[in-house]
Amino acid sequence: MIKNLRVKSSEYIDETNRISFKFNGKTYHGFKGDTLASALLANDVHLVGRSFKYHRPRGIMTSGSEEPNAIVQINPGTNRTEPNVRATEVEIYEGLEASSQNCWPSVEFDIGGINNFLSPFFPAGFYYKTFMWPASFWEKYEFFIRHSAGLGKSPTSSDPDIYDHRNIHCDVLVVGAGISGILAAKNAAKNNFKTLLVDEKNELGGSTIYENNEFNKIDNKTPSEWLKKEIEELKNIKNLEIKTRTSVAAYHQYNYLLARENLTDHLEAKDKTNKIRQRLLKIRAKKVILATGALERPLIFNNNDRPGIMLSSAVKKYSEFYGVACGNKNVFFTNNDSAYESALSLYNKGINVDAIIDIREQSESKIVKKIKEIGIKIYWSHSIVDTAGYKRLNSVSIMKLSNDGTSVTGSKISISCDCLGIAGGWTPAVHLYTQSGSKLKFDEEKQIFLPNQNTSEQISVGSCGGDFKIDEIIKNLNHKLKDNLNIKETDLDNIKVEIDQENSKRNIWLLPSDKPLGKTKPFVDYQNDATAKDIKLALREGFRSIEHVKRYTTTGMGTDQGKLGNMHALGIIADTAGVKMGELGTTTFRPPYTPLTFGTIVGRNVGKFFDIFRRTPINDWHVENKAEFENVGQWKRAWYYPINGETMHQAVQRESKAARESAGILDASTLGKIDIQGSDASEFLNRVYTNAWSKLAVGKCRYGLMLNEDGMVYDDGVTTRLGENHYIMTTTTGGAANVLGKLEDYLQTEWPELDVYLTSVTDHYATASLCGPNSKKILKKIIPDLDLSDENFPHMSFKDAHIGNIQCRIMRISFTGEHSYEINVQASYGKDLWEKCIEAGQEFNITPYGTETMHLLRAEKGFIIVGQDTDGTMTPIDLQMDWIVSKKKYDFIGKRSLYRSDTMREDRKQLVGLLTDDPNIVLEEGAQIVSELNQSPVEMLGHVTSSYFSPNLKKSIALAVVRGGKDMMGKKLFVPMENKNINVTIANPVFYDEKNERLNA
Amino acid sequence: MFLINCPYCGERDQQEFKAGGEAHIERPKQPTELSDDEWAEFLFMRKNIKGVQFERWNHAHGCRKWFNMVRDTSNDEIKAIYKMGEKPPTQ
Repeated sequence: MIKNLRVKSSEYIDETNRISFKFNGKTYHGFKGDTLASALLANDVHLVGRSFKYHRPRGIMTSGSEEPNAIVQINPGTNRTEPNVRATEVEIYEGLEASSQNCWPSVEFDIGGINNFLSPFFPAGFYYKTFMWPASFWEKYEFFIRHSAGLGKSPTSSDPDIYDHRNIHCDVLVVGAGISGILAAKNAAKNNFKTLLVDEKNELGGSTIYENNEFNKIDNKTPSEWLKKEIEELKNIKNLEIKTRTSVAAYHQYNYLLARENLTDHLEAKDKTNKIRQRLLKIRAKKVILATGALERPLIFNNNDRPGIMLSSAVKKYSEFYGVACGNKNVFFTNNDSAYESALSLYNKGINVDAIIDIREQSESKIVKKIKEIGIKIYWSHSIVDTAGYKRLNSVSIMKLSNDGTSVTGSKISISCDCLGIAGGWTPAVHLYTQSGSKLKFDEEKQIFLPNQNTSEQISVGSCGGDFKIDEIIKNLNHKLKDNLNIKETDLDNIKVEIDQENSKRNIWLLPSDKPLGKTKPFVDYQNDATAKDIKLALREGFRSIEHVKRYTTTGMGTDQGKLGNMHALGIIADTAGVKMGELGTTTFRPPYTPLTFGTIVGRNVGKFFDIFRRTPINDWHVENKAEFENVGQWKRAWYYPINGETMHQAVQRESKAARESAGILDASTLGKIDIQGSDASEFLNRVYTNAWSKLAVGKCRYGLMLNEDGMVYDDGVTTRLGENHYIMTTTTGGAANVLGKLEDYLQTEWPELDVYLTSVTDHYATASLCGPNSKKILKKIIPDLDLSDENFPHMSFKDAHIGNIQCRIMRISFTGEHSYEINVQASYGKDLWEKCIEAGQEFNITPYGTETMHLLRAEKGFIIVGQDTDGTMTPIDLQMDWIVSKKKYDFIGKRSLYRSDTMREDRKQLVGLLTDDPNIVLEEGAQIVSELNQSPVEMLGHVTSSYFSPNLKKSIALAVVRGGKDMMGKKLFVPMENKNINVTIANPVFYDEKNERLNA
Repeated sequence: MFLINCPYCGERDQQEFKAGGEAHIERPKQPTELSDDEWAEFLFMRKNIKGVQFERWNHAHGCRKWFNMVRDTSNDEIKAIYKMGEKPPTQ
């Protein structure tokens, strides 16, 4: 039978809107406005999960994002499923399904529960200690550990939702919309600051919005009444943007914050479609006002984790805000007055409160007197020593606490109850504050860490700044606002506040039991099952640093980052080690404050938007002609053009033969192009390339090699002198942006005296590279009036020409070793140019070829590709390209490094050709090269950098880098592979047309 | 994420910039005159200070200009920004 614990209607719960949802397969009902947690509690369901290590039954503990136990899987088995969601944050909607995690076969009967009885064998560091040896067993351990570890299940199909990013710039960002945040935002906006107020909840007002305590009054109204009026007024304020369901995840330097705005998680499936689910807000604020509030602390006593044991503040919120009683027989356990407020709240709603157990000796506050008047039994100077009830609390045992608080005396009293509200005081939520790099100090009197040294324009107001009572909150907020925003008057100047002044507290981090610590289970970190015993064990074993104790015991390492228990862990360490809390410091709070979905982080950058890509102006033709593409940097380049179901190998062999036998055409638009102008352009090129440029005549082209200052090859390409003071440089496709950056760097910082201007023009031109013995005839057909004779248009020169009305720049340069032309036109005419070439080449069977064939053809000629045959450790000398290094030039980038003792070593790896003894075997690129097979360990001499089967030579060819390879011509070496050794011979890297006769053929 | 005041463009987000290592290391005018050790000193040796450090930055996705920055690496406070060729501030 399902019990109904809905006690009294609440204005935040719409009882006319009944909602059904499923939890662990069973259907329940709640109302619009409920969270999953409040709806389950209304149905008297406390048991919602099992703990991580011992699989102990666990219930809902809190009413907010700090929840350690009620972690559920939302919509299991669907593509919208999400693990590790806090039931206290899920707003219910029709059709919601949720299930418990970390239990099998069910939360009611969990086989892993055996761990609880084995717990003496699972102390802190159990895994580190046990699975260390024998080392060879690790794989077996890993299998077991992986199966028992992990929380929740990730979705197995792709996420149907849309995510988004938005940049926000504001004058003032207020984080948290409790009383302090609302008043801060209101006054900031009224003073013309562009203000953004965010809160993780769906309603504004924080905990004050359900603060109906008769002993606290603001302007003679209860705090909740007064605050509702303030919230109402926010609607009319300009300059103020309010975002609810928005959780700030990270606070970085320079007031840069990331927040997640939740837009559809509270809607039914049918209303989620085609809407943005979550949005990442990237906020840059001039000033930040943190009003993140405080988290109530639990108390650490034996068996403090049973379902039914909750924070006192949560019991109050469920009753006041959601109209739900968390139990029929309620008891509170406290060290301060907060529990009395909760008890009074329950009493006023007609919910039974049986007793309050207080570790203090006395309190004289009005609220305590009121509780006495009502007749609720108070046990002063008592502590809970044990609790009972496996899946639900059924009683607590209490004993008298000794004066020093370290032991218990007298006889045990048992109190029957099904809900225990625990109140251990309040911890300011300083997580975001410390994320910003700001420093905390420990307040010994209040036993809390407080903001101390700010790194950026920020203030912490309200309870996150250490002010807990409404009068201090308003007074200090007013002062801080005036100071920080530089304003003279605020709304807060004339507010009258009456409060219950008593504020006594007795802080004991670890409460004693009648049993020794070894026999008790006082949980400090609920989610990770770390007990006080584990922390003490870590200290006994020699750990002192708080960061080490954290990792060894896993305290604070759960998805909740130990929001509840971290302070107690610190307190227990301080007490045990005999040091002050302030000296111990805290562990680091890292972003995100609450977990973020991957969707929010990636935003729109999914699928084809994952990374930007670039296409050439000729791309459509490649697509129409069924090219396969490869990624080169961000470019999509045609890789090869298979016809009639050819494999890549077949297509490349055909394309390579055609290019040498008749004519081929390549889309070379992606090559980087930098326009260089200025009266010192020639001098500049002299300094950046290894060879000499001063004497290059206008109209001529030259190949250049660019080094880093360390002498290693950085980039290469052909540069053409277009005019006296005008060059166009080509770079490798992938290196274009870096080359431009490097050249700019030298111009701006080392040689500002040079008159040189650089402009990236890569995208301005489309380039078709026409090659092969018939390329000249084809070009002649397209441009009949251009004299293509070797005298007028020799190799390594350029001509301006027109194809019809299209202006073009033609370079007679070659990367294949064939007679060839690179025709550049304005990008928008690229496809037109390409189609003209194809049409004119028809009678010569012109064959479009892709990057793979280009690589094969250049390898036949022994031309390097920077980045494939070089890897940042090759000098031009290593590449056997001494011919391009000027001996006469006084200086160029990297020159001095070529004379360092290390770069002059004879046994450096050098580029050589490699031929397999069996011409049909094609080596694998990256394969290792050795000279001995019977040596162990075998010495590696080098590796294969490029390897192809050459259809023109009808044999396998390869380029390789081999230690001392320059002087090893003809030497027999081996390439050992997994199942065979391949015999190879070092050869000249120029395999084809060594005398370059084909360039002028 | 720093907010960097480019001396040419004004305040921009860090993602528009590229860090370029230690500042005020001048490329030797006559490299050939240097011993291997002296050249290596220029080529490889860089400071990595916890505290106030002089750095080069480039507004790579903006005006493409290089400039200098004085930054405290312990708390990422940007203490000064000045153009290339200008003298570094003295405290």
